[in-house]
Amino acid sequence: MTWKPEKNNWPKLFKGDKSRQRMSIFYFVAFLSIFFALMTVFTKNPVHSVLYLVITFFTFTVHYILLNAQFLAAVNFIVYMGAIMVLFLFVLMLLNLNKDTEPLKSNLVKFMGVIAGLCFLVTLAGALRLVEVSPPMGDAGATDIGLAKPLGHVLFNEFLLPFEISSILLLTAMVGAVLLAKKEPKKV
Amino acid sequence: MDNIITSIQGVPLNHYLLFCSIVFAIGVVGALTRRNVIIIMMSIELMLNSVNLLLVAFSAYSNDPAGQAFVLFVMALAAAEVAVGLAIIVMVYRNTRSIDINALNRLRW
Repeated sequence: MTWKPEKNNWPKLFKGDKSRQRMSIFYFVAFLSIFFALMTVFTKNPVHSVLYLVITFFTFTVHYILLNAQFLAAVNFIVYMGAIMVLFLFVLMLLNLNKDTEPLKSNLVKFMGVIAGLCFLVTLAGALRLVEVSPPMGDAGATDIGLAKPLGHVLFNEFLLPFEISSILLLTAMVGAVLLAKKEPKKV
Repeated sequence: MDNIITSIQGVPLNHYLLFCSIVFAIGVVGALTRRNVIIIMMSIELMLNSVNLLLVAFSAYSNDPAGQAFVLFVMALAAAEVAVGLAIIVMVYRNTRSIDINALNRLRW
């Protein structure tokens, strides 16, 4: 559960044992994700924050590839990094908010927020310690369930109804977004 | 591709759990400590993504493609949520000239 065992493995990781060496890719990318997530949250400038979030999502894409979920990696790359982040950037630029105009919260609130987040993390980690996770099957990611074809089979057989409903959800969101962002007509 | 596939076999699922918990907690801290509404929404995106990654990890470790189908739905939901949320932010900005979360306290009783 803790990271300690891995730390003890570091010397071994870098000596021989190629699979262990490659395993350290995960820890490196995880470190990058956490680092850039922290930068996202604690950067003052909103535009920099969005850019750090893009990098965070890129590291998540790398995680998906490591898990052999290639279709989701592509979708994550296109939808999240391409569409959603561009939407965020557009709104930031449109509202001309690319300055450090954010009024700062009082230090007390910030401190309490960080404490609350840490308490949450400790609670979660403590709960996860008790979880008996079955050992990896050894062929994790070895099957091709993450490719487009098997995933499509699942999506269009078992999950056909939710898939269609999600299209309605997207349509509703589109109509709602247009309706909300439209300028109010001048009342005569 | 074989190299990548063998690379992940050594990582225990517990480490994915811990990693995703950390990212989720970072998202929680961001939502609690920032006042810019857009950054609060970005923190929410961070949380959604950490849960997505955990779902994919579970599905890869148990060889069940259902988890990855769920992730697709979560992504569609996130796209819808972002579109509507940003529209609301634009509307609020037009009315109050700021995206400070404290300008939104009119719904507070």
